[in-house]
Amino acid sequence: MKYTVNEQGYYGDFGGAYIPEMLYPNVEELRQQYQQIIGDAGFKSEFDQLLKDYVGRPSPLYLAKRLSEKYGANIFLKREDLNHTGSHKINNAIGQILLAQRLGKKRIIAETGAGQHGVATATVCALMGIECVVYMGEIDMERQAPNVARMKMLGATVVPATSGSKTLKDATNEAMRDWIGNPVDTHYIIGSVVGPYPYPEMVAQFQSIISLETKKQLLEQTGKELPEYVLACVGGGSNAMGMFYHFLEDEQVKLIAVEAAGKGVDSGHSAATSVLGREGILHGSRTILMQTDDGQVVEPYSISAGLDYPGIGPQHAHLHKRQRAQYVNITDDESLQAGLLLSQLEGIIPAIESAHAFAYLEKMKFEKSDNVVICLSGRGDKDLSTYIKHFGF
Amino acid sequence: MGGQIAMHHELPAMNHQLSTKHMNRLNQLFEKKKNNLLSVYFTAGYPELNTTVDIAEALEKAGVDFLEIGFPYSDPVADGPTIQHSSQTALDNGMNLNLLFEQLADLRKRVSIPVLLMGYVNPMVQYGVERFCAKATEVGVDGVIVPDLPMYEYETLYKDCFAKHQLSNIFLVTPQTAEARIRKIDDLSNSFIYLLSSASVTGNSLQVSDVTETYFQRIKDLHLKNPTVIGFGIADQATFQKATAYANGAIVGSAFVKILGTSGYMEKIPEFIKSIKG
Repeated sequence: MKYTVNEQGYYGDFGGAYIPEMLYPNVEELRQQYQQIIGDAGFKSEFDQLLKDYVGRPSPLYLAKRLSEKYGANIFLKREDLNHTGSHKINNAIGQILLAQRLGKKRIIAETGAGQHGVATATVCALMGIECVVYMGEIDMERQAPNVARMKMLGATVVPATSGSKTLKDATNEAMRDWIGNPVDTHYIIGSVVGPYPYPEMVAQFQSIISLETKKQLLEQTGKELPEYVLACVGGGSNAMGMFYHFLEDEQVKLIAVEAAGKGVDSGHSAATSVLGREGILHGSRTILMQTDDGQVVEPYSISAGLDYPGIGPQHAHLHKRQRAQYVNITDDESLQAGLLLSQLEGIIPAIESAHAFAYLEKMKFEKSDNVVICLSGRGDKDLSTYIKHFGF
Repeated sequence: MGGQIAMHHELPAMNHQLSTKHMNRLNQLFEKKKNNLLSVYFTAGYPELNTTVDIAEALEKAGVDFLEIGFPYSDPVADGPTIQHSSQTALDNGMNLNLLFEQLADLRKRVSIPVLLMGYVNPMVQYGVERFCAKATEVGVDGVIVPDLPMYEYETLYKDCFAKHQLSNIFLVTPQTAEARIRKIDDLSNSFIYLLSSASVTGNSLQVSDVTETYFQRIKDLHLKNPTVIGFGIADQATFQKATAYANGAIVGSAFVKILGTSGYMEKIPEFIKSIKG
């Protein structure tokens, strides 16, 4: 188990809980209780039931025939886009709302980039009748306006983050400030495998359903549990960690994490953290982040709001350093082209985040017998205006 | 930076005792004066790049007992809008740790009261914690407050380094901190403990309520080995007096940074300090 977390919350050199003392009691309460709570039979059955009847799991594993033909391999899509609310984010939101209830919390806060996590959180709060406040960068609120409206319709309060780059990292800062001020009654539902321990581990566990189902579905469909390749896009990295989780110890499975190169890795407008970042501390964990020589966090850029984050989760930093997964990157333009291709070959419009993973297929060489799984982490409805603007439809 | 996590291996085995009382300026101050200590925080490089030591000197002349000089960070999660703004302005002005240490090179020619540096862990780690501690001591800094440096990481990675350079590390205690943890913080501290007045980021005015008073009294009744200083929300004479009724001193931050944001701020310093001390 060399890729899992140790007792102090570290994955190798990465992780930990670098938080101000004001957050210590909250995070410590979580650390002490979450394993026991989520291991409880009552929790498990409620979680499984909601994933099945409310989210619609298991999500299909779909052999994309025309895409397979184009790339000369058997390409399977793990259809997280078909989940209720349109992405993998709901898996974690369901898990954490059940946890929050058991911790006796009366109020939920969350950060969101593309709005997918915000929508998922607003959804589970509506489901459980709990107050919900979502922090979202002012710039992201403009480029993901439909998701802002969705959150409001679901009864959430959306608070614009107006500091810094006015995107995901600033929304995360604002959510942490809210939690500092409301330490007793509030649970912070972090949406990715980032933040202080135990968040990265907890979110990965809730998302691990993706790879658990995939293994079973591959066995049913191909007679083999293990594919040759697994691909997923990485911003903070929650869909990728869920997609990799149950393959981590199967070293023969090649794991490929696709970051956003933005306008190009060297353009100064990029979010390719594993290339541009160095080890440091961001949002409570030691990880790889984009920063100046002086340790100031650099503003990232990607056309995709969900990948527009200057760090990666600490477990990803560990997988990168240990070379268990390969970290690659794809530009804005390449991802939009891949989104168009998937739409026209398979009739599926992907989220621009997920389209990054598909774009990397262009750069790979396959054997005809290779089984390849790509996490289609979200659907493209929220990105239609970006696609329309780019392609001039 | 891969070396950072393993840094404790590179240090000679020194086995500093937790209780080692190196008498730096902070310890001497707390020995000499037990009540009504006033400390002031300001962000280096705000509102102007090169007035750090000027402001420090003016604060000493105005009667402040010790200082906290903030080194700015892009993502200060424990700070409210006032200090977020001063930090961003300082960064935009070009402040960084290299420059700050250059500015502080003649600190001890002009300022004799204790000085702490306050900031977030990432800039310190990127500078190199060993190098940071050495440089801080060299320019005459007495201690460091790093809100997001947790106790576990401090103990396992950095404690020996702080001790070697005779720098005090200041821990925070909040209304939610459990007694066992406060006791542990008391053991690890060697100058004073920073009590947060409430669960809040910086810059929210202290609302003294029964809850706050019960908390302050609870801490007082623990009879800690270290002196205590209350910060967050201390903005005027009333809040200063309320805080110093329970602790050895109080820290003014955002309220002073707001003064720095007005024109002619240098001339306003004596009057502001007088308004706090009464």
